[in-house]
Amino acid sequence: MSDAVIHYIEEPHPVTGVTNSKLGVWLFIASEVMLFGALFSSYIVLRVGDATWPHGWTVLNIPLATLNTMILITSSVTMVMSWASLAMNRFDRFRLYMLVTILLGCAFMVVKGFEYAHKFEADHFPRTSNFYGVYFTMTGLHGLHVLGGILANLYFLTVGSKLWKTHPKMFMGRIEVAGLYWHFVDLVWIFLFPSIYLL
Amino acid sequence: MSHHPEKHEDKHEHEGHHELGFIRKYVFSVDHKVIGIQYSITGLLFLFFGFSLMMIMRWQLAYPGEAVPIIGKWFENSTMMSGGIVSADLYNAFGAMHGTIMVFLGVVPLAVGGFGNYLVPLQVGAPDMAFPKLNAASYWSYFVGGVVMLYSFFLPGGPAQSGWTSYPPLSDIAGTGQTVWLIGMVFLITSSLLGSINIIVTIVQLRAKGLSFFRMPFLVWAQFVTSFLLVLAFPPLEAAAVFQLMDRIAGTSFFLPSGLVVSGMPLQVAGGGNPVLWQHLFWFLAHPEVYVLILPALGIVTEVIVNNTRKPLYGYKTMVYSVVFLGAMSFIVWAHHMFMTGMGTTMSNFFQTTTMIISIPSVILLSCLIITLWGGSIRYTLPMHFALAFLPMFAIGGLTGLPLGLATSDIYLHDTYYVIGHFHYVVAPGTLFALFAGIYYWYPKATGRMMNNVLGKLHFWISFLSINGIFMPMFIQGFAGVSRRLHTPTIYAHAEAVQSTNVFMSISAWVLGAAQLFFIINFFLSLKFGKKATDNPWDATTLEWATPTPPPHGNFTEEPVVHRGPYEYSVPGKAMDFIPQQVS
Amino acid sequence: MEHAAHSPEEIQKHVRTYIAVFVALAFLTVVTVGVSYLHLTAAIAVTVALIIASIKASLVAAYFMHLISEKKLILWILIITMATFVSMILIIFFTNKGVMHVVS
Repeated sequence: MSDAVIHYIEEPHPVTGVTNSKLGVWLFIASEVMLFGALFSSYIVLRVGDATWPHGWTVLNIPLATLNTMILITSSVTMVMSWASLAMNRFDRFRLYMLVTILLGCAFMVVKGFEYAHKFEADHFPRTSNFYGVYFTMTGLHGLHVLGGILANLYFLTVGSKLWKTHPKMFMGRIEVAGLYWHFVDLVWIFLFPSIYLL
Repeated sequence: MSHHPEKHEDKHEHEGHHELGFIRKYVFSVDHKVIGIQYSITGLLFLFFGFSLMMIMRWQLAYPGEAVPIIGKWFENSTMMSGGIVSADLYNAFGAMHGTIMVFLGVVPLAVGGFGNYLVPLQVGAPDMAFPKLNAASYWSYFVGGVVMLYSFFLPGGPAQSGWTSYPPLSDIAGTGQTVWLIGMVFLITSSLLGSINIIVTIVQLRAKGLSFFRMPFLVWAQFVTSFLLVLAFPPLEAAAVFQLMDRIAGTSFFLPSGLVVSGMPLQVAGGGNPVLWQHLFWFLAHPEVYVLILPALGIVTEVIVNNTRKPLYGYKTMVYSVVFLGAMSFIVWAHHMFMTGMGTTMSNFFQTTTMIISIPSVILLSCLIITLWGGSIRYTLPMHFALAFLPMFAIGGLTGLPLGLATSDIYLHDTYYVIGHFHYVVAPGTLFALFAGIYYWYPKATGRMMNNVLGKLHFWISFLSINGIFMPMFIQGFAGVSRRLHTPTIYAHAEAVQSTNVFMSISAWVLGAAQLFFIINFFLSLKFGKKATDNPWDATTLEWATPTPPPHGNFTEEPVVHRGPYEYSVPGKAMDFIPQQVS
Repeated sequence: MEHAAHSPEEIQKHVRTYIAVFVALAFLTVVTVGVSYLHLTAAIAVTVALIIASIKASLVAAYFMHLISEKKLILWILIITMATFVSMILIIFFTNKGVMHVVS
């Protein structure tokens, strides 16, 4: 049995300048760009073909969604701060910022829950019209991605954080990668919010 | 996104004895070679199953309305095969699942999951894939997807029946089998995405010292481009699957137009949807997907041909640029599958043009391989039989694509048997033959045994003749106007006229099926009784042959250093007719 | 990873950047919501919304996702992805334009 080791897990590759997981997560993000891109593409096609498509502001709760936008943007800041804290060797600060990131993510989901519940009460479901179909499907899929990020962050806050004691650099790499995913989810919302709510 | 803290912490334990139990070693292994073999065996099983579905369908085509022997008896009391006769519903179900299984559960898992996983780390000199645990996750996601697809056969209404292409509105209103198909696809797409990310990172990051990009074997380039296609092209199909699931489960109308009437009753949906939107999203994946089907095959054929001509590959750099260009172009040709949807002449012209352009790199690749043969010392080994046969078969497949890529001629040929003949030539005597070449070629490295030549040649010749017997007459049927997905051809006079070809084709199909027994027997018998193989039985140059046989966990006894290109055969002035890459 | 080698002082500079970006994002959010109240015509509204969103996205990508200091490899992956994404959207849009008649 050889003792060959997989390189560039902790240290970046000398030529590419990235670790394996950083390259991996960017490729994953590339695939997600295509996923949400296809959703946007479909939204455009369906909307352009429908003269009765309502403006988002006539149907949806703009203040609530604006609040959610601010929540997500803030969570992006706290996420990158949690990584920066590790870079400054402040594990306590890391835990604080990560906790806030998770809570903000949960707040986003709760607000979304209120939005959906309000729609359901008013008898508006995905099947009601293609506007609602697109609204629920796109924000729903985005919401699932937020949920995934929350779970990953929760793991890194709790069980996964043990790695900091033995392999701090590797742990920081993982937080950076988790951050890249989280920022991407924020990025999608930056486009989703105006496209669906404000146009 | 997985790491190996174990590899660092337990480095000392590894050097000692770190024995994994049977389950961790052979079932939930994270070793790319084990996973590659898992993908390959599962893929081969699905290939045979998918082919068996077709063998049953071909009975109905040859002898419409007659009970299928043996199998008909087993199912004669079922609804879909009442009296042992293949019903129209069963025909559609088998047709849709044949396509789905062959493409997504058979060829891609074998070509990318099997060969890609097994060979890429070895050929780049890495100890494993970049993310071994993710690799295992990809395989099991594929496995679950396969189980889900198989499960759909047991639903009361049967499996998906709307073609492997699942066009709405039909697929939107079809039975539960279609929902299960969509769920299965989500697992398969996830598997592909994770696997291709792994391959790309492995190739970019883990190449051995001295292995620059232009010293990589062409097989690695082919897998590299293939993986990019998978990463970028699959997600739109995932989006489409989500939309179709919403249509079917949540009652949305993404693909349902207004005013649709089914069986005399207007559909109670909001409407306003666009059925052609599905086609765009589907073919955005499915066109690059066909290059996913062929590129690994081209990679394998290149390795086998170069090795068995004892000459360097002709036009290595040209082939690399061609395959990269091909990959890029593959994203902008998709609507040549949609010429009949009323796109208008501007867009039809656009897609026709890009389609014609994409044939150029394909021809370059094929030409380089053929020119490589010129002046070579050709060894007619078993793998070489299949690799050589690939060349004219791929040529036929490619050439017959041209009238389909031109909008005008496609008007007549679209949705006829001509199309089926075209794509099967590329995938069946094309890709599948290349995959067989690969199995015969690398089996000795993976198992330490050579496969039997007599059985192999029987497998080859009978398969080669019968496979042409199935697909060549399809061009005749296509020109005669026989449409695809036709349960009872004889209801049309123009199809009745060529019904004799159906009998010929069906018999060829059953002969082809029987011929695979030679392969199956050879595969298992050689494990025990095959001639023992040396570490490099083919005198090949690439890194996978520099390992012990079979390669141990971690692959190389010490990290390889590469000093030369991948195809240094018959270098003038040298004692041997090949110089392995790692020799200084 | 390049950042690990940075001193706490350098990280503090990064932190200042993060705060600045946050303020910019918050401001642009207010702007984009405000503009929507103007109920501009479709073409202009879409253009303005996309421009603002693109600026916000670029800030997140450049500073939060460290793209501005990232190696070329990652940028190339993104460029290829964006090219694929844009061609998908444009081609589907133009192909459908020829087909769909807008329901009045």
